[in-house]
Amino acid sequence: MAGNREFFYRRLHSLLGVIPVGLFLVQHLVVNHFATGGEESFNKASHFMESLPFRYVLETFVIFLPLLFHAIYGLYIAFTAKNNTSNYGFFRNWMFMLQRISGVVTLVFVTWHVWETRIAAAFGAEVNFDMMESILSNPFMLWFYIIGVISTTFHFANGLWSFFVSWGITVTPRSQLISTYVTLGVFIALSIVGVRAIIAFI
Amino acid sequence: MSENRTVVFKIMRQDSPDTAPYEEEFELDYRPNMNVISALMEIRRNPVNKQGKQTTPITWDMNCLEEVCGACSMVINGKPRQSCTALIDQLEQPIRLEPMRTFPVVRDLQVDRSRMFDSLKKVKAWIPIDGTYDLGPGPRMPERKRQWAYELSKCMTCGVCLEACPNVNSKSNFIGPAPLSQVRLFNAHPTGEMNKAERLDAIMGDGGLANCGNSQNCVQSCPKGIPLTTSIAALNRDTTFQAFKNFFGSDQV
Repeated sequence: MAGNREFFYRRLHSLLGVIPVGLFLVQHLVVNHFATGGEESFNKASHFMESLPFRYVLETFVIFLPLLFHAIYGLYIAFTAKNNTSNYGFFRNWMFMLQRISGVVTLVFVTWHVWETRIAAAFGAEVNFDMMESILSNPFMLWFYIIGVISTTFHFANGLWSFFVSWGITVTPRSQLISTYVTLGVFIALSIVGVRAIIAFI
Repeated sequence: MSENRTVVFKIMRQDSPDTAPYEEEFELDYRPNMNVISALMEIRRNPVNKQGKQTTPITWDMNCLEEVCGACSMVINGKPRQSCTALIDQLEQPIRLEPMRTFPVVRDLQVDRSRMFDSLKKVKAWIPIDGTYDLGPGPRMPERKRQWAYELSKCMTCGVCLEACPNVNSKSNFIGPAPLSQVRLFNAHPTGEMNKAERLDAIMGDGGLANCGNSQNCVQSCPKGIPLTTSIAALNRDTTFQAFKNFFGSDQV
Protein backbone atom coordinates (compact mmCIF):
# COMPACT_ATOMS: atom_id res chain seq x y z
CA MET A 1 0.00 0.00 0.00
CA ALA A 2 2.92 2.34 0.66
CA GLY A 3 3.82 2.55 -3.02
CA ASN A 4 0.43 3.69 -4.19
CA ARG A 5 -0.83 5.87 -1.39
CA GLU A 6 -2.14 8.48 -3.79
CA PHE A 7 -4.22 5.91 -5.65
CA PHE A 8 -5.66 4.72 -2.35
CA TYR A 9 -6.42 8.25 -1.11
CA ARG A 10 -8.08 9.27 -4.38
CA ARG A 11 -10.24 6.19 -4.47
CA LEU A 12 -11.10 6.60 -0.79
CA HIS A 13 -12.01 10.23 -1.50
CA SER A 14 -14.31 9.15 -4.33
CA LEU A 15 -15.90 6.38 -2.27
CA LEU A 16 -16.46 8.44 0.88
CA GLY A 17 -18.14 11.20 -1.13
CA VAL A 18 -20.92 8.76 -2.03
CA ILE A 19 -20.78 6.28 0.84
CA PRO A 20 -21.41 7.43 3.51
CA VAL A 21 -21.37 11.23 3.00
CA GLY A 22 -23.66 11.26 -0.05
CA LEU A 23 -26.10 8.85 1.52
CA PHE A 24 -26.14 10.92 4.69
CA LEU A 25 -26.87 14.02 2.61
CA VAL A 26 -29.88 12.36 0.98
CA GLN A 27 -31.15 11.18 4.34
CA HIS A 28 -30.63 14.63 5.87
CA LEU A 29 -32.51 16.40 3.07
CA VAL A 30 -35.34 13.89 3.30
CA VAL A 31 -35.66 14.39 7.06
CA ASN A 32 -35.62 18.19 6.55
CA HIS A 33 -38.44 17.78 4.10
CA PHE A 34 -40.71 16.85 7.02
CA ALA A 35 -40.77 20.62 7.64
CA THR A 36 -43.18 20.96 4.73
CA GLY A 37 -45.65 19.01 6.88
CA GLY A 38 -45.49 21.64 9.60
CA GLU A 39 -43.58 22.29 12.82
CA GLU A 40 -44.75 19.21 14.66
CA SER A 41 -43.95 16.85 11.83
CA PHE A 42 -40.38 18.23 11.54
CA ASN A 43 -39.73 18.16 15.28
CA LYS A 44 -40.93 14.56 15.44
CA ALA A 45 -38.61 13.51 12.61
CA SER A 46 -35.59 15.37 13.95
CA HIS A 47 -36.23 14.02 17.44
CA PHE A 48 -36.30 10.51 15.99
CA MET A 49 -32.91 11.08 14.33
CA GLU A 50 -31.50 12.55 17.56
CA SER A 51 -32.57 9.57 19.58
CA LEU A 52 -31.09 6.93 17.29
CA PRO A 53 -29.03 4.46 19.30
CA PHE A 54 -25.23 4.79 19.17
CA ARG A 55 -25.70 8.39 18.07
CA TYR A 56 -22.10 9.49 18.70
CA VAL A 57 -20.66 6.44 16.96
CA LEU A 58 -22.89 7.05 13.96
CA GLU A 59 -22.09 10.74 13.87
CA THR A 60 -18.36 10.13 14.13
CA PHE A 61 -17.97 7.31 11.63
CA VAL A 62 -20.79 8.01 9.20
CA ILE A 63 -20.55 11.81 9.15
CA PHE A 64 -17.63 13.61 10.73
CA LEU A 65 -14.57 11.53 9.91
CA PRO A 66 -15.54 10.72 6.29
CA LEU A 67 -16.64 14.31 5.74
CA LEU A 68 -13.42 15.67 7.21
CA PHE A 69 -11.25 13.47 4.98
CA HIS A 70 -13.34 14.23 1.90
CA ALA A 71 -13.21 17.98 2.62
CA ILE A 72 -9.49 18.25 3.35
CA TYR A 73 -8.31 15.99 0.55
CA GLY A 74 -10.86 17.63 -1.75
CA LEU A 75 -9.39 21.06 -1.06
CA TYR A 76 -5.98 19.71 -2.02
CA ILE A 77 -7.42 18.29 -5.25
CA ALA A 78 -9.27 21.51 -6.05
CA PHE A 79 -6.16 23.62 -5.66
CA THR A 80 -3.90 21.39 -7.73
CA ALA A 81 -6.09 21.95 -10.79
CA LYS A 82 -5.38 24.72 -13.27
CA ASN A 83 -8.80 25.52 -14.66
CA ASN A 84 -8.88 26.36 -18.34
CA THR A 85 -12.52 26.73 -19.36
CA SER A 86 -11.72 29.92 -21.30
CA ASN A 87 -9.74 27.94 -23.87
CA TYR A 88 -11.57 24.64 -23.55
CA GLY A 89 -15.25 25.46 -23.08
CA PHE A 90 -16.44 21.87 -23.21
CA PHE A 91 -19.37 20.78 -21.06
CA ARG A 92 -17.34 18.34 -18.99
CA ASN A 93 -14.58 20.87 -18.44
CA TRP A 94 -17.16 23.28 -17.03
CA MET A 95 -18.47 20.51 -14.80
CA PHE A 96 -14.88 19.85 -13.72
CA MET A 97 -14.47 23.48 -12.65
CA LEU A 98 -17.95 23.74 -11.09
CA GLN A 99 -17.25 20.56 -9.12
CA ARG A 100 -14.24 22.29 -7.53
CA ILE A 101 -16.04 25.59 -6.96
CA SER A 102 -19.14 23.92 -5.52
CA GLY A 103 -16.88 21.80 -3.31
CA VAL A 104 -15.35 24.89 -1.73
CA VAL A 105 -18.75 26.65 -1.42
CA THR A 106 -20.21 23.51 0.14
CA LEU A 107 -17.34 23.31 2.62
CA VAL A 108 -17.90 26.91 3.72
CA PHE A 109 -21.64 26.31 3.98
CA VAL A 110 -21.38 22.99 5.81
CA THR A 111 -18.80 24.34 8.26
CA TRP A 112 -21.06 27.25 9.13
CA HIS A 113 -24.12 25.02 9.25
CA VAL A 114 -22.44 22.51 11.61
CA TRP A 115 -21.24 25.33 13.81
CA GLU A 116 -24.68 26.88 13.98
CA THR A 117 -26.60 23.67 14.64
CA ARG A 118 -24.64 20.64 15.80
CA ILE A 119 -21.91 22.51 17.72
CA ALA A 120 -24.54 24.82 19.16
CA ALA A 121 -26.46 21.73 20.24
CA ALA A 122 -23.35 20.41 21.98
CA PHE A 123 -23.34 23.65 23.97
CA GLY A 124 -26.94 23.19 24.96
CA ALA A 125 -29.02 24.74 22.19
CA GLU A 126 -32.01 22.77 21.06
CA VAL A 127 -32.15 21.88 17.37
CA ASN A 128 -35.75 22.17 16.27
CA PHE A 129 -38.12 23.97 13.95
CA ASP A 130 -37.87 27.21 15.94
CA MET A 131 -34.08 27.24 15.64
CA MET A 132 -34.20 26.96 11.86
CA GLU A 133 -37.05 29.44 11.66
CA SER A 134 -35.03 32.04 13.52
CA ILE A 135 -31.89 31.39 11.44
CA LEU A 136 -33.77 31.64 8.16
CA SER A 137 -35.74 34.74 9.16
CA ASN A 138 -32.61 36.66 8.22
CA PRO A 139 -32.79 37.19 4.41
CA PHE A 140 -29.01 36.90 4.08
CA MET A 141 -28.97 33.56 5.85
CA LEU A 142 -31.92 32.41 3.76
CA TRP A 143 -29.97 32.97 0.54
CA PHE A 144 -26.83 31.56 2.11
CA TYR A 145 -28.76 28.37 2.88
CA ILE A 146 -30.41 28.16 -0.54
CA ILE A 147 -27.09 28.64 -2.34
CA GLY A 148 -25.37 26.28 0.08
CA VAL A 149 -27.92 23.52 -0.40
CA ILE A 150 -27.96 23.81 -4.20
CA SER A 151 -24.16 23.82 -4.26
CA THR A 152 -24.17 20.69 -2.09
CA THR A 153 -26.68 18.83 -4.24
CA PHE A 154 -24.77 19.79 -7.38
CA HIS A 155 -21.49 18.62 -5.89
CA PHE A 156 -23.09 15.34 -4.88
CA ALA A 157 -24.85 14.69 -8.20
CA ASN A 158 -21.84 15.58 -10.34
CA GLY A 159 -19.59 13.71 -7.96
CA LEU A 160 -21.79 10.67 -8.42
CA TRP A 161 -21.16 10.93 -12.16
CA SER A 162 -17.39 10.94 -11.68
CA PHE A 163 -17.68 8.22 -9.03
CA PHE A 164 -19.11 5.93 -11.73
CA VAL A 165 -16.19 6.80 -14.01
CA SER A 166 -13.50 6.60 -11.33
CA TRP A 167 -14.51 3.11 -10.31
CA GLY A 168 -14.77 1.93 -13.89
CA ILE A 169 -18.53 1.42 -13.85
CA THR A 170 -19.39 3.73 -16.77
CA VAL A 171 -16.71 3.13 -19.40
CA THR A 172 -18.31 3.81 -22.79
CA PRO A 173 -19.15 7.37 -23.87
CA ARG A 174 -22.78 6.32 -24.19
CA SER A 175 -23.02 5.05 -20.62
CA GLN A 176 -21.30 8.23 -19.44
CA LEU A 177 -23.82 10.34 -21.35
CA ILE A 178 -26.79 8.49 -19.88
CA SER A 179 -25.13 8.81 -16.48
CA THR A 180 -24.96 12.58 -17.08
CA TYR A 181 -28.74 12.69 -17.56
CA VAL A 182 -29.40 10.44 -14.56
CA THR A 183 -27.19 12.49 -12.24
CA LEU A 184 -28.75 15.68 -13.61
CA GLY A 185 -32.08 14.22 -12.50
CA VAL A 186 -30.59 13.48 -9.07
CA PHE A 187 -29.40 17.10 -8.85
CA ILE A 188 -32.80 18.53 -9.75
CA ALA A 189 -34.74 16.18 -7.49
CA LEU A 190 -32.51 16.74 -4.45
CA SER A 191 -32.46 20.50 -5.03
CA ILE A 192 -36.26 20.57 -5.00
CA VAL A 193 -36.35 18.51 -1.80
CA GLY A 194 -33.70 20.70 -0.16
CA VAL A 195 -35.08 24.09 -1.17
CA ARG A 196 -38.69 23.13 -0.35
CA ALA A 197 -37.56 22.29 3.17
CA ILE A 198 -35.79 25.65 3.57
CA ILE A 199 -38.84 27.52 2.33
CA ALA A 200 -41.03 25.58 4.74
CA PHE A 201 -39.19 27.24 7.64
CA ILE A 202 -40.16 30.78 6.63
CA MET B 1 -6.74 38.78 -57.12
CA SER B 2 -5.14 38.33 -53.72
CA GLU B 3 -2.11 40.55 -54.30
CA ASN B 4 -2.67 42.79 -51.31
CA ARG B 5 -3.86 40.19 -48.87
CA THR B 6 -1.60 39.60 -45.92
CA VAL B 7 -1.47 37.24 -43.00
CA VAL B 8 -0.70 38.61 -39.54
CA PHE B 9 0.95 36.49 -36.85
CA LYS B 10 1.36 37.24 -33.16
CA ILE B 11 4.04 34.90 -31.94
CA MET B 12 5.14 34.31 -28.37
CA ARG B 13 8.89 34.15 -28.36
CA GLN B 14 11.39 33.19 -25.73
CA ASP B 15 15.13 33.36 -26.25
CA SER B 16 16.16 30.68 -23.77
CA PRO B 17 14.53 28.39 -21.20
CA ASP B 18 15.12 30.92 -18.41
CA THR B 19 14.34 34.25 -20.05
CA ALA B 20 10.99 35.99 -20.10
CA PRO B 21 8.67 35.39 -23.06
CA TYR B 22 7.70 38.31 -25.30
CA GLU B 23 5.37 38.78 -28.23
CA GLU B 24 6.47 39.64 -31.74
CA GLU B 25 4.19 40.42 -34.69
CA PHE B 26 4.80 39.42 -38.28
CA GLU B 27 2.97 40.25 -41.48
CA LEU B 28 3.38 38.04 -44.52
CA ASP B 29 2.03 38.15 -48.04
CA TYR B 30 -0.82 35.73 -48.47
CA ARG B 31 -0.26 32.70 -50.67
CA PRO B 32 -2.91 30.11 -51.42
CA ASN B 33 -2.81 26.88 -49.36
CA MET B 34 -0.44 28.23 -46.71
CA ASN B 35 -0.17 26.46 -43.40
CA VAL B 36 1.43 27.64 -40.18
CA ILE B 37 4.68 25.81 -40.96
CA SER B 38 5.04 27.30 -44.42
CA ALA B 39 4.43 30.71 -42.85
CA LEU B 40 7.10 30.07 -40.21
CA MET B 41 9.46 29.00 -43.01
CA GLU B 42 8.69 32.23 -44.82
CA ILE B 43 9.62 34.19 -41.69
CA ARG B 44 12.80 32.15 -41.40
CA ARG B 45 13.69 33.08 -44.98
CA ASN B 46 13.27 36.76 -44.21
CA PRO B 47 13.18 37.38 -40.44
CA VAL B 48 11.70 40.87 -40.40
CA ASN B 49 8.89 41.70 -38.00
CA LYS B 50 5.78 43.79 -38.66
CA GLN B 51 7.59 46.97 -37.63
CA GLY B 52 10.11 46.25 -40.40
CA LYS B 53 12.90 45.47 -37.94
CA GLN B 54 15.33 42.65 -38.52
CA THR B 55 14.89 39.88 -35.94
CA THR B 56 15.97 36.31 -35.31
CA PRO B 57 14.22 33.45 -37.10
CA ILE B 58 11.64 31.60 -35.04
CA THR B 59 12.54 28.24 -33.58
CA TRP B 60 10.03 25.39 -33.75
CA ASP B 61 10.04 21.63 -34.03
CA MET B 62 8.82 19.73 -37.06
CA ASN B 63 9.41 16.46 -38.77
CA CYS B 64 6.86 14.52 -40.81
CA LEU B 65 4.64 17.42 -42.00
CA GLU B 66 1.64 15.09 -42.27
CA GLU B 67 0.30 14.97 -38.68
CA VAL B 68 1.87 11.66 -37.82
CA CYS B 69 4.96 12.49 -35.77
CA GLY B 70 3.51 15.00 -33.30
CA ALA B 71 6.66 17.13 -33.18
CA CYS B 72 5.21 20.39 -34.53
CA SER B 73 2.51 20.76 -31.85
CA MET B 74 1.96 24.29 -30.56
CA VAL B 75 -0.88 26.44 -29.26
CA ILE B 76 -2.57 28.06 -32.25
CA ASN B 77 -5.27 30.64 -31.46
CA GLY B 78 -5.55 29.21 -27.96
CA LYS B 79 -5.84 25.55 -28.99
CA PRO B 80 -3.00 23.03 -28.96
CA ARG B 81 -2.64 21.29 -32.32
CA GLN B 82 -0.15 20.39 -35.00
CA SER B 83 1.08 23.37 -36.99
CA CYS B 84 1.51 21.27 -40.16
CA THR B 85 -2.24 20.73 -40.49
CA ALA B 86 -3.18 24.22 -39.32
CA LEU B 87 -4.27 25.79 -42.62
CA ILE B 88 -4.11 29.58 -42.77
CA ASP B 89 -7.41 29.74 -44.68
CA GLN B 90 -9.18 28.13 -41.74
CA LEU B 91 -7.67 30.30 -39.01
CA GLU B 92 -8.94 33.52 -37.56
CA GLN B 93 -6.50 36.42 -37.85
CA PRO B 94 -4.27 37.62 -36.32
CA ILE B 95 -2.98 34.09 -35.82
CA ARG B 96 -1.58 33.67 -32.32
CA LEU B 97 1.17 31.12 -31.89
CA GLU B 98 2.40 30.04 -28.47
CA PRO B 99 4.47 27.13 -27.21
CA MET B 100 2.74 24.38 -25.19
CA ARG B 101 3.75 25.71 -21.79
CA THR B 102 2.85 22.51 -19.99
CA PHE B 103 6.28 21.43 -21.18
CA PRO B 104 9.57 23.26 -20.57
CA VAL B 105 10.12 25.79 -23.35
CA VAL B 106 13.46 25.34 -25.10
CA ARG B 107 13.21 28.37 -27.34
CA ASP B 108 10.30 30.22 -29.01
CA LEU B 109 7.78 27.55 -30.02
CA GLN B 110 10.03 24.59 -29.33
CA VAL B 111 9.29 22.60 -26.18
CA ASP B 112 10.90 19.62 -24.50
CA ARG B 113 8.46 16.67 -24.47
CA SER B 114 10.87 14.34 -22.65
CA ARG B 115 8.46 13.79 -19.78
CA MET B 116 6.11 11.97 -22.13
CA PHE B 117 8.81 9.58 -23.27
CA ASP B 118 9.88 9.05 -19.66
CA SER B 119 6.24 8.25 -18.85
CA LEU B 120 6.14 5.62 -21.59
CA LYS B 121 9.14 3.98 -19.95
CA LYS B 122 7.52 4.23 -16.55
CA VAL B 123 4.34 2.46 -17.66
CA LYS B 124 6.30 -0.12 -19.70
CA ALA B 125 4.63 0.79 -22.96
CA TRP B 126 6.18 -2.07 -24.91
CA ILE B 127 5.82 -5.82 -25.25
CA PRO B 128 8.74 -7.88 -23.94
CA ILE B 129 9.49 -10.54 -26.54
CA ASP B 130 13.15 -11.24 -25.92
CA GLY B 131 14.41 -14.23 -23.96
CA THR B 132 17.69 -16.08 -23.62
CA TYR B 133 16.23 -18.57 -26.09
CA ASP B 134 13.70 -18.41 -28.93
CA LEU B 135 10.35 -17.89 -27.22
CA GLY B 136 8.45 -18.92 -30.35
CA PRO B 137 5.41 -17.17 -31.81
CA GLY B 138 3.01 -15.49 -29.38
CA PRO B 139 -0.76 -16.02 -29.29
CA ARG B 140 -2.67 -14.65 -32.25
CA MET B 141 -4.71 -11.48 -31.98
CA PRO B 142 -8.28 -11.60 -33.32
CA GLU B 143 -8.72 -9.30 -36.32
CA ARG B 144 -11.58 -7.42 -34.73
CA LYS B 145 -9.46 -6.65 -31.70
CA ARG B 146 -6.53 -5.66 -33.90
CA GLN B 147 -8.68 -3.08 -35.66
CA TRP B 148 -9.88 -1.75 -32.33
CA ALA B 149 -6.36 -1.60 -30.90
CA TYR B 150 -5.12 0.17 -34.03
CA GLU B 151 -7.10 3.25 -33.00
CA LEU B 152 -5.20 3.39 -29.72
CA SER B 153 -1.89 2.88 -31.50
CA LYS B 154 -2.36 6.12 -33.46
CA CYS B 155 -0.99 8.10 -30.50
CA MET B 156 2.01 10.14 -31.65
CA THR B 157 3.02 11.44 -28.20
CA CYS B 158 2.35 14.97 -29.45
CA GLY B 159 1.45 16.33 -26.01
CA VAL B 160 -1.83 18.03 -26.99
CA CYS B 161 -3.83 16.05 -24.41
CA LEU B 162 -1.39 17.00 -21.64
CA GLU B 163 -1.58 20.65 -22.67
CA ALA B 164 -5.40 20.54 -22.60
CA CYS B 165 -5.63 18.72 -19.26
CA PRO B 166 -6.32 20.98 -16.24
CA ASN B 167 -4.69 18.43 -13.95
CA VAL B 168 -1.36 18.33 -15.79
CA ASN B 169 0.48 21.36 -14.46
CA SER B 170 3.36 22.47 -12.30
CA LYS B 171 1.35 21.85 -9.11
CA SER B 172 0.65 18.21 -9.89
CA ASN B 173 2.69 15.22 -11.02
CA PHE B 174 -0.12 13.70 -13.10
CA ILE B 175 1.30 11.57 -15.88
CA GLY B 176 -1.43 12.69 -18.32
CA PRO B 177 -3.83 10.87 -20.67
CA ALA B 178 -1.49 9.72 -23.48
CA PRO B 179 0.70 7.25 -21.55
CA LEU B 180 -2.38 5.91 -19.74
CA SER B 181 -4.07 5.02 -23.00
CA GLN B 182 -0.88 3.23 -24.06
CA VAL B 183 -1.24 0.98 -21.03
CA ARG B 184 -4.65 -0.04 -22.32
CA LEU B 185 -3.19 -0.66 -25.78
CA PHE B 186 -0.36 -2.90 -24.57
CA ASN B 187 -2.59 -4.68 -22.06
CA ALA B 188 -4.98 -5.50 -24.90
CA HIS B 189 -2.26 -7.27 -26.87
CA PRO B 190 -2.27 -11.06 -26.29
CA THR B 191 1.47 -11.11 -25.55
CA GLY B 192 1.50 -7.75 -23.81
CA GLU B 193 -1.28 -8.97 -21.54
CA MET B 194 1.26 -11.23 -19.83
CA ASN B 195 2.69 -8.12 -18.16
CA LYS B 196 -0.68 -6.49 -17.52
CA ALA B 197 -0.29 -6.32 -13.72
CA GLU B 198 3.10 -4.60 -13.98
CA ARG B 199 1.66 -1.82 -16.11
CA LEU B 200 -1.40 -1.43 -13.90
CA ASP B 201 0.79 -1.26 -10.80
CA ALA B 202 2.85 1.44 -12.51
CA ILE B 203 -0.18 3.65 -13.17
CA MET B 204 -1.47 3.05 -9.63
CA GLY B 205 1.64 4.81 -8.33
CA ASP B 206 2.01 8.49 -7.49
CA GLY B 207 0.96 10.85 -10.26
CA GLY B 208 -0.85 7.98 -11.94
CA LEU B 209 -4.32 7.19 -13.18
CA ALA B 210 -6.21 8.30 -10.07
CA ASN B 211 -5.18 11.93 -10.68
CA CYS B 212 -7.60 12.16 -13.59
CA GLY B 213 -10.36 14.66 -12.76
CA ASN B 214 -12.64 13.75 -15.69
CA SER B 215 -12.60 17.13 -17.38
CA GLN B 216 -12.46 15.15 -20.63
CA ASN B 217 -10.58 17.90 -22.45
CA CYS B 218 -8.14 15.28 -23.71
CA VAL B 219 -10.63 13.34 -25.79
CA GLN B 220 -12.01 16.58 -27.24
CA SER B 221 -8.54 17.81 -28.16
CA CYS B 222 -6.79 14.67 -29.42
CA PRO B 223 -5.90 15.25 -33.10
CA LYS B 224 -6.04 11.50 -33.73
CA GLY B 225 -9.47 11.03 -32.17
CA ILE B 226 -8.17 8.47 -29.69
CA PRO B 227 -10.89 7.53 -27.16
CA LEU B 228 -8.71 8.69 -24.25
CA THR B 229 -11.48 9.00 -21.69
CA THR B 230 -12.79 5.56 -22.56
CA SER B 231 -9.25 4.26 -22.02
CA ILE B 232 -9.06 6.01 -18.66
CA ALA B 233 -12.44 4.65 -17.54
CA ALA B 234 -11.49 1.14 -18.73
CA LEU B 235 -8.24 1.39 -16.77
CA ASN B 236 -10.19 2.62 -13.76
CA ARG B 237 -12.07 -0.66 -13.89
CA ASP B 238 -8.89 -2.72 -14.40
CA THR B 239 -7.13 -0.99 -11.51
CA THR B 240 -10.15 -1.50 -9.27
CA PHE B 241 -9.78 -5.25 -9.79
CA GLN B 242 -6.00 -5.03 -9.58
CA ALA B 243 -6.21 -3.19 -6.24
CA PHE B 244 -8.47 -5.94 -4.87
CA LYS B 245 -6.10 -8.62 -6.15
CA ASN B 246 -3.09 -6.84 -4.66
CA PHE B 247 -4.69 -6.44 -1.26
CA PHE B 248 -6.77 -9.57 -0.85
CA GLY B 249 -4.57 -11.80 -2.96
CA SER B 250 -5.21 -13.70 -6.16
CA ASP B 251 -3.72 -16.57 -8.14
CA GLN B 252 -4.35 -14.61 -11.33
CA VAL B 253 -1.04 -12.79 -11.59
